[in-house]
Amino acid sequence: MQFPEDLKYSEDHEWVRSEGELATVGITDYAQDALGDVVYVELPEVGDDCAVGDAVAEVESVKTVSDVSAPVSGEIESVNEELEGNEEIVNEDPYGEGWILRIAMTDPGELDAMMDAAGYALYVAEQD
Amino acid sequence: MALKRTPFYEFHKAGGGRLIDFGGWEMPVQFAGIKKEHLLVRESVGLFDVSHMGELRVRGPGALDAVQGLVTNDVAAIGDDQALYTVMCNDRGGIVDDLLIYRISAEDMVLVVNASNIEKDLAWVVQRNPCPDRAHFANQSDYWAQVAVQGRKAQACLQPLTSVDLAAMDSFHFQVSELAGVPGCVIARTGYTGEDGFEVYLPATGAADIWPAILQAGQSHGIAPIGLGARDTLRLEAKLCLYGNDIDDNTTPLEAALAWTVKLDKGVPFIGIEALRAQRQSRPRRRLVCLVVEGRIARPHCPILHDGEQVGEVTSGTRSPSLQQNIALGYVPTRIARPGNQVQVDVRGKLADAQVVKPPFYRRPY
Repeated sequence: MQFPEDLKYSEDHEWVRSEGELATVGITDYAQDALGDVVYVELPEVGDDCAVGDAVAEVESVKTVSDVSAPVSGEIESVNEELEGNEEIVNEDPYGEGWILRIAMTDPGELDAMMDAAGYALYVAEQD
Repeated sequence: MALKRTPFYEFHKAGGGRLIDFGGWEMPVQFAGIKKEHLLVRESVGLFDVSHMGELRVRGPGALDAVQGLVTNDVAAIGDDQALYTVMCNDRGGIVDDLLIYRISAEDMVLVVNASNIEKDLAWVVQRNPCPDRAHFANQSDYWAQVAVQGRKAQACLQPLTSVDLAAMDSFHFQVSELAGVPGCVIARTGYTGEDGFEVYLPATGAADIWPAILQAGQSHGIAPIGLGARDTLRLEAKLCLYGNDIDDNTTPLEAALAWTVKLDKGVPFIGIEALRAQRQSRPRRRLVCLVVEGRIARPHCPILHDGEQVGEVTSGTRSPSLQQNIALGYVPTRIARPGNQVQVDVRGKLADAQVVKPPFYRRPY
């Protein structure tokens, strides 16, 4: 199970890669593994506002549905339209091609409340 | 309470199975991934552990009479060494359980029931046995393990392991013989996937070795273990009902499109016959239909709408790995149950268009 060092992690198993005001969001390796084969991703509208904890997307596997919560507040800047019809990328490359959406952050300071890779690895270890 | 384990538990753990609590059993829900496993069964062959299923044995000179009085289908119409799918109903015609009956003889039969219903069914058949002096029911669920080998290559996988001529065995027939050196196996051409295949019942004690033996024998066909997740998507594509989802004590076989299992004229009264006869005359008000849902995946209890009004509920739903469509089962009023009709499904607050289609979603091409 991989947890890249340059990312921030939420308790709901989202990851964030920040570049200035932009936060790219996806689900973690742990989350995709727990979900199983992803078969559908419901994406939000670009331009929608979101606050921390808002359900902004849904990732659906053969068996279950899971909300993707906004790990930071802001406005949906873009969504990964490549996922439509190629949902398995979320399983295959969760931190790369399988990203889900980008948020233009209103308060990048919110990132400080998230876990780093080591903290998340510990958090995951406590889940099972 | 500790979870029960099947004789194959150690193989599941070693084989990368993700184990879950399934009705009190620690069962593998997936191995390589539901989609991959599903497609392997459709294209070649897979091996399932279904040891959690229940087995009720009925024996005695009145065994046939007892079963005939309990179930809707006609067990007198099949011969020995044949199996029959049926339901057994309560007095209102609601389904107590759906089951397979393996007729060893008119005096000895095995009723294979759903794991979650074993205690309920046992109490029911004992309490409602029409001839308790001549037929005795025993719960043998702990005695039997069960594996299923399903897929077009199932026969090729199993043939090297048994002296039974599998090619000569018709669908819904069985033989008691040895398999991979284990004597006393019930080898049956039955299944729950929509494919050709076999279900093998064997004594749980000494069953474990059969798992690697079958995997070895099927190696050249790419056989792999299949979890309960793919078992569910496979059965749903084939429109096989899941008890507790699609059918239960409050649905009748006529509503569930299982009228073919109801033999009102078999010459023996059975529990529920009056209610079912009346419902057949007045036509059931609702019917279980197959739906193809656009865009979103319907899940159990999603409301079904017609002309803006809720008319029913989804009972099973998934993304179909074989068809690449979102498929579902659900009850709708009989007037809109005709294939081609349009309805909508409320998937967590968003409406998705859906079409009633002819069952099953998937039919094997061979």
